[in-house]
Amino acid sequence: MEASRQPLLTQAGWARFVLAVFAAAICVPALNLALDPSSNAHVPDYLIPLLGKYLCFALLAISLDLVWGYAGILSLGHGAFFALGGYAMGMHMMRAIGDRGVYGNPDLPDFMVFLNYQELPWYWLGFDQFGFAVVMAFLVPGLLAFAFGWLAFRSRITGVYFSIISQAMVYALMLAFFRNDFGFGGNNGLTDFKDILGFELSAPGTRMALYMLSVFALAGGYLVCRFIVTSKLGRVMLAVKDAEPRARFLGYRPANAKVVAFTASAMLAGIAGALYVPQVGIINPSEFSPAVSIEIAIWVAIGGRGSLYGAIFGAILVNVAKSYLTGVAAETWLFFLGALFIFVTLLLPKGLVGAATEMRRIGDWLDPSRRAREAGYHV
Amino acid sequence: MSNTNAHLYLDGVTVSFDGFKALNNLSLTIEQGELRSIIGPNGAGKTTMMDVITGKTKPDTGTVRFDERIDLTKLDEPAIAGLGIGRKFQKPTVFENLSVFENLELACKANRSALTCLFARLTSDHRARIEDTLATISLAERRSDLAGSLSHGQKQWLEIGMLLIQDAELLLLDEPVAGMTDAETEQTADLIHRLKDDHTLVVVEHDMAFVRALGARVTVLHEGSVLAEGSIDHVQADQRVVEVYLGR
Repeated sequence: MEASRQPLLTQAGWARFVLAVFAAAICVPALNLALDPSSNAHVPDYLIPLLGKYLCFALLAISLDLVWGYAGILSLGHGAFFALGGYAMGMHMMRAIGDRGVYGNPDLPDFMVFLNYQELPWYWLGFDQFGFAVVMAFLVPGLLAFAFGWLAFRSRITGVYFSIISQAMVYALMLAFFRNDFGFGGNNGLTDFKDILGFELSAPGTRMALYMLSVFALAGGYLVCRFIVTSKLGRVMLAVKDAEPRARFLGYRPANAKVVAFTASAMLAGIAGALYVPQVGIINPSEFSPAVSIEIAIWVAIGGRGSLYGAIFGAILVNVAKSYLTGVAAETWLFFLGALFIFVTLLLPKGLVGAATEMRRIGDWLDPSRRAREAGYHV
Repeated sequence: MSNTNAHLYLDGVTVSFDGFKALNNLSLTIEQGELRSIIGPNGAGKTTMMDVITGKTKPDTGTVRFDERIDLTKLDEPAIAGLGIGRKFQKPTVFENLSVFENLELACKANRSALTCLFARLTSDHRARIEDTLATISLAERRSDLAGSLSHGQKQWLEIGMLLIQDAELLLLDEPVAGMTDAETEQTADLIHRLKDDHTLVVVEHDMAFVRALGARVTVLHEGSVLAEGSIDHVQADQRVVEVYLGR
């Protein structure tokens, strides 16, 4: 029996995808390594981890768009999954310091010596292994999302109520991680990392490798999200977002579809966090602050929900603007972010990408079948 | 009460919301393969009855059985849908951000679990069924359009199409011709007659002309219980029915 599914991307979509990955994975290193530092087009070394950071944020943004744009779940706690992934990688790098810390204790990280820990807490066991830390970086956020989502969605908590409890979750985690006796470095978090898999973190080569990994993680994350949204489950998610009771009377369990999407999303966010921490060199409880999680939603709203690439665009745009503005006039940044958010919400409800699509449509008549035809599905 | 062939059996069903009895000791038997019209003034409990049968509302007391064995009060909406009970809402409810084709695809009888859906492929079998249904509901030309762009009557038809493809044994239709033109109403009556052969149908309707066109046994609900039952002529001649409903 012949069977088919919607293609992951259209031909034009694949072309754009390959072009973007090529630009990020080949052009940036080439402009950094091959050009003379005095050249205008040269990408200086300090920019590499900054670009890598933007890509991690972009991966975090598409993970949120997967649940918000496609299943209507506005999570204002996605920073929690990102930070947990970051902590997992941070714990590995703390262990990798070994006896090179200030106190020279080969078994305990500095902050534990300082806080009079006698031995390593059980939940730190295994983190000396890189592979274990990588698995934990997506498993722990995934498990948290599964448990939290299962309880919330099964109780039919939706809309703004879900957003509020997701804020409560991230806030509770922040308070826990701030405590010194919680075992994760308290207020200071984890920092002073030396190397990862034996490669010195401050070396340009390591930074380039982490940047490249971020490129491929984002590309892979994008394809995973595309796989989900072009699957039948993706259509069930849209159906649930549209008319949840109808989906239920059709025999679907909205809670299950949401839990799957939410868990996958949290895992992607965890991977983004694990790549972020080695590039910025620190993870502390401020990543769990509710405002950080709200900012992620702002990136997605500005870029445009429900397209995935809109989220990438929004995350990079806002963070480039943030780097620039906090450099030239730090006090104006929050006003700028607030103004941008209000402007986009009021005038461009579908975000910048949605607005661009609308503009393109003006010429060729508002055509609701476009999406279906673009997908090249049942034509 | 004889319920030898009861496809759907309600006995002594009571539902109250804050002291208001939406259903009051409602008893009703729908036989296998029967077409039944249910009428009644606003607030008579028609929609609440649908909610109880489809698992949206749990009754305070009473029995609700499907196929004589299955206790519907113990099941939730997806489980009841899985038994083969399909429901069309009063206000046409389709997935507006999916295309007409995709709406029908989701309604196709298939494993509904989330992980199965993640890896599901559309079989040529289902594709053919969707094509057939598109022809039946006269929406073949609009297959790629978003359901949200359809007219009111077309949405009603799409929703009926979704019930058809779902392969439900028992169809509950809440005001299937509300907002339809006369021509559309006539087509819908035809469609229901065709469905009658291999489905049990319960049609809740306000439109008396349509109820007459269906020519089915009529149950009149009033204040949450059955006021009268019989042919359309019989109930229209009933003085109590005239008082509460038809006479106004």
